[in-house]
Amino acid sequence: MAELFAAGQQPEVLFWVGCAGSFDDRAKKITKAFIKILNNANVSFAVLGTEESCTGDPAKRAGNEFLFQMQAVTNIEVMNAYGIKKVVTACPHCFNTLKNEYPGLGGTYEVVHHTQFLKQLLEEGKISLEGGTYKGKRITYHDPCYLGRANNVYEAPRDLIRKLDAELVEMKNCKKKGLCCGAGGAQMFKEPEKGDKDVNIERTEQAMETQPDIIAAACPFCNTMMTDGVKNKEKEASVAVMDIAELIATAGDL
Amino acid sequence: MDYLPNILFAIILLFGLGFFAKNVQRLVRNIKLGKDVDVSDNKSQRWKNMARIALGQTKMVVRPIAGFLHIIVYVGFIIINIEVLEIILDGILGTHRLFSEPLGAVYNFLIGSFEILAFLVVVSVVIFWIRRNVIRLQRFIKPEMAGWPKKDGNLILYIELILMFLFLTMNGADYQLQQMGAAHYASEAGILGSFPISQFLSPLFDGMSISSLIVVERTAWWLHIVGILFFLNYLYYSKHLHILLAFPNTFYGNLKPKGQFKNLEAVTNEVMLMMDPSADPFAAPAEDAPDPEKFGASDVVDLNWVQLLNSYTCTECGRCTSECPANQTGKKLSPRKIMMDTRDRLQEVGENIEANKGSFVDDGKQLLDDYISREELWACTSCNACVEACPVSIDPLSIIMDMRQYLVMEQSAAPSDLNNMMGNIENNGAPWPFNQMDRLNWAQES
Repeated sequence: MAELFAAGQQPEVLFWVGCAGSFDDRAKKITKAFIKILNNANVSFAVLGTEESCTGDPAKRAGNEFLFQMQAVTNIEVMNAYGIKKVVTACPHCFNTLKNEYPGLGGTYEVVHHTQFLKQLLEEGKISLEGGTYKGKRITYHDPCYLGRANNVYEAPRDLIRKLDAELVEMKNCKKKGLCCGAGGAQMFKEPEKGDKDVNIERTEQAMETQPDIIAAACPFCNTMMTDGVKNKEKEASVAVMDIAELIATAGDL
Repeated sequence: MDYLPNILFAIILLFGLGFFAKNVQRLVRNIKLGKDVDVSDNKSQRWKNMARIALGQTKMVVRPIAGFLHIIVYVGFIIINIEVLEIILDGILGTHRLFSEPLGAVYNFLIGSFEILAFLVVVSVVIFWIRRNVIRLQRFIKPEMAGWPKKDGNLILYIELILMFLFLTMNGADYQLQQMGAAHYASEAGILGSFPISQFLSPLFDGMSISSLIVVERTAWWLHIVGILFFLNYLYYSKHLHILLAFPNTFYGNLKPKGQFKNLEAVTNEVMLMMDPSADPFAAPAEDAPDPEKFGASDVVDLNWVQLLNSYTCTECGRCTSECPANQTGKKLSPRKIMMDTRDRLQEVGENIEANKGSFVDDGKQLLDDYISREELWACTSCNACVEACPVSIDPLSIIMDMRQYLVMEQSAAPSDLNNMMGNIENNGAPWPFNQMDRLNWAQES
């Protein structure tokens, strides 16, 4: 972003990579897949790079409003300085925080989740999805809480999966009744409380009931939780956990 | 002497309504213990939500069986209450079926439909009872339901059942009396009302004299109206206030995206001060500055009044708990228990205030730890499943989050894993210990 700005250019959209997308080995693959699609569609975009910092979402959900607002205000200063208008992110937690909680602190942008953005690219004809790769594959989609219930985005990711010529199979708890993967509310960063089983195992069992070839996710944290769940069931050889961006990048052979 | 029943009725009615008014006063006082919150926006949307969710029961039918049965009981109670108006006027004026003359044929239709509804209510209530006590549905036998909550739930079903039976008995005996041409009951205009259900009670009354039938009819009539007044006053002591509070509760329900948690203004002020280069970090607060606000909630008075209204509205149906991922996997957290605890503590605070002539005397207890444990609070994934599941727009998640804020910002009592996570965000802008300067390294990796 700094380079574009120095050259006096303004990107169409800022890609907010997020902490998982920047540092987590699994999530970095999602970042790269999404970048491939953006480049292929000739989207003018930029990333903040080392000027990006945690949105503060996990701090806020853990109850540390102070740390959240410090993060938010710092990020807003950076984004406002660059005159950012539109933000796209592959993380529903960043998406929710940027879209809903930043405006009250002085950061108002048009924020979209990458599944919404990809759907728009598809509708504008900037990317095309040649089926084939996923023809006849059973894909079940796990709704991230912060995309689905929190922000009512249920159809964009599903529309993309349908376009892949794949068979979309729903779990018994989906959309508004979707079961959490167990990572939200800062649970990702702590041990779970005592119970009968872990939430991600329960959710993975629901996913397995649909006998999928692929569990599609749209959140790096859900991805981790579901991947762990699949490993726990020793099914990693037959069931893949993939982000929507990865599905599309692979389908387009990018 | 003839006026004695009328006077007695008027006294009972006034006493019943007066006591109810007193309870409403208590309720309003307790709810107002909560912090102020501005919910004056979007009036039209709020009216629509109330019409759709409370009046229209749209979220009840998400679970079709319980939803359908509930609608019967709900419609039954509202419509049969039209009849209560006639009963009250008959009681005061000493008349018999006052509305029959002005309404004519419509009256017969009304009474007939009340009877059919009463019968359907009986059927539904019996099924509800079976679900709670025979089938023992999961959500009705969770730990927080043990003891009084279970009894309370059944008691309400019994009261409803008894009221419906009294209503039908009253009508059945009346029908018999009208047919026998008893004075005061029979009318020259023919049979008043139609009795599609209570006519089947006739065999019970066969061979009874007019005077004993009158005793039956009067007894049922009195018990029915006294029962209704009792039920009205039982509400405040039970979980059943939702029949009234569902309406304001859905009106004041959250209109923002569920993922949007409110930004604490007190914190914003602090943060802005820190970011302001011209602020004097050593400045003493102004003499008249108010005490700094407590962050988060450790007791009911730290919550806002909508959250407190939520707690009184909860009827312990447990849909939230059955959708909760933490509860489903055996953790202690139950969103329903959060609401029940909040109400129980609020009730305790209210009684404390009453016992101490209008002011709260510290009882060494609070909502945190004495009611809601930290283990419950930390088990929440903030997934909003409970909020989505609630048929009357209750938000247990907001209470959990407010209490977490207290734990973290007032007590620094987060689980150590979370302290590590927050330390990382503070130091290097990510929840994991990676260097901020490495944030773009992925771009160089293949």
